[in-house]
Amino acid sequence: MRRLPLLLALMVLAGPAVAEQRPEHPAECRVAAHLAESSFPLPQVARAIAAKKLAVLVIGAGSSRLPGPGGAKNAYPARLQTALAEKLPGVAVTVATDVKMRRTAAQMVEAMPVDLAATKPALLVWQTGTVDAMQGVDQDQFAQALDKGINIARSAGADVVLINAQYSPRTESMIALGNYAENLRWIAVQQEVPLYDRFGIMKLWADLGTFDFYSATKKLDMAERVHDCIGRLLSDLVVQAAKPENPSPAGLR
Amino acid sequence: MKEKPFMAAVSTQRDLRLDLFRGLALWLIFLDHIPSNAVSWITIRNYGFSDATEIFVFISGYTAAFVYGRAMEEHGFIVASARVLKRAWQIYVAHVFLFAIYLAEIAYVAHSFDNPLYTEEMGVRDFLASPDVTIIQALLLKFKPVNMDVLPLYIALLVGFAPVLWLLLRAPSLALIASAVLYALMWTFDWNIPAYPSGNWVFNPLAWQLLFVFGAWCALGGAQNLSRFLNSRVLVAAAAVYLAFAFGIAMTWYFPRFGALVPKFVGELIYPIDKTNLDVLRILHFLSLAVITIYFVPVDWRYLRSRVFKPAIVCGQHSLEVFCLGVFLSFAGHFVFMEVSNRLPMHVLVSVAGIAIMVGTAKLLSWYKNVERKGPRPPAAKPGYAGSDVR
Repeated sequence: MRRLPLLLALMVLAGPAVAEQRPEHPAECRVAAHLAESSFPLPQVARAIAAKKLAVLVIGAGSSRLPGPGGAKNAYPARLQTALAEKLPGVAVTVATDVKMRRTAAQMVEAMPVDLAATKPALLVWQTGTVDAMQGVDQDQFAQALDKGINIARSAGADVVLINAQYSPRTESMIALGNYAENLRWIAVQQEVPLYDRFGIMKLWADLGTFDFYSATKKLDMAERVHDCIGRLLSDLVVQAAKPENPSPAGLR
Repeated sequence: MKEKPFMAAVSTQRDLRLDLFRGLALWLIFLDHIPSNAVSWITIRNYGFSDATEIFVFISGYTAAFVYGRAMEEHGFIVASARVLKRAWQIYVAHVFLFAIYLAEIAYVAHSFDNPLYTEEMGVRDFLASPDVTIIQALLLKFKPVNMDVLPLYIALLVGFAPVLWLLLRAPSLALIASAVLYALMWTFDWNIPAYPSGNWVFNPLAWQLLFVFGAWCALGGAQNLSRFLNSRVLVAAAAVYLAFAFGIAMTWYFPRFGALVPKFVGELIYPIDKTNLDVLRILHFLSLAVITIYFVPVDWRYLRSRVFKPAIVCGQHSLEVFCLGVFLSFAGHFVFMEVSNRLPMHVLVSVAGIAIMVGTAKLLSWYKNVERKGPRPPAAKPGYAGSDVR
């Protein structure tokens, strides 16, 4: 009880700072915050936020999940939901996932109509490319699958955010991401879809020593922190791209 | 030796510039092949559309025509074809050797590396789960791991080279036109060679043959025919303008903010820049580089024989061995990054040490070749075509 005045004093001091920066990410996430910017608006998300109900669907492969019993709770889709809910008070945020290992872009496109019909999202977050690179899928087919998926999502009334591969230094000499990453970037620009540059963000973390992606471990702690940051920064991108001051064709509000 | 009418076409003087630039290309390929290598910022692929592969393929075509063209004139079609195929076989063996090293690396990573963050990427281990299929597909040149696509391309180009060379010696323009027609057909009908587990060859031989044949065509007198154009200032200026344009576009890859300065129609016109099928933009970029290079580095350039360029030249003279060594060293360099340090000083050290090893090995090979040539031959060995100093 003797400590209470001290605690109160600290809270008063810290109060304005917290209020100013809220909602704030851990420092380790923040160093890459400038990479989570979108050059394209998300009009459907903006509309959904205005209607106080935002449904998100994440479709992805192995790097959109974490193993173990707490995997679903700690992987970036769930962290995205938490971060969005913090950022958008009063908006009911739901994040549904369709995440399965070893799926190419084309295989995910096949699952897309059913997923979209079931969840009716305003936003499709689509993580793809790594499996295609490992299997050496033809570049044209990869690009066509991306186009097709984006068009399916749009005609179902959802905006799309693409997520590229993880930065994985150990397997760099074995997975030729290059052309797939370029194709993904190019399709994103052409279709005017925001690309969440997970690769660039993780590469920056590696360069700055924020996370050590070389470490061999069975423990989940680093993977969980990485997914937490990825989810938080993704929420930044989504909220920024859905801001009404962003030029949006629908002319909201 | 009979003088044939087209004998003059194959010049007898080896152009040192070829060795120099092939050696430099080998260094660049090595630097580019080490993943995340900071030193690879200096390589040309970052400043334009084309990269060291174009240089390598063009010069390989040039030297192949130079060496086997003479053989075909002196000993006929059959002997020259046999030599070309023998060379292709050597490259095939080298490729399989590199594949063995790749398998060792992937097995090591699969065994030693575990991180729940990378369950997706660990899918590369799947190739180890069925070695029967993987190895057979690799022997068929259908399964080609990362950065191991150049040698299969080279093999494919050499396997088809003998008839092309025959035509080049008789009707060079016709051969070049045929090559361009094949390139155009490939683009029209999307021809490529299938790969394993899916997709196509990363370097489409039906596309890249154009540069190889063009190199061969240049070696057989085409370069001399072009020389009056090559010295024209207009051409040099056009090449410089194109290189500047490519440089500007390349900058938008690293500074996306500049991307807004590129008009939309330009973007739609140029992208995607297709490496697999040797995009026209890449050919033009390579040709521009060549025009500028030839303009500033003439064949009798006095510095060509200076000590500064000796290391690159000696590497270019043993291109197959040095290329394979470079692929191995890039694996090894990546391994050092993983196990020792991934900081900038290590990047510089690994890059410099790798090039030094390439140069040292090339010098050793030159020495070895000299010794073999001078030394007494075992009595059983008959002088023959096989194993002669074909490079």
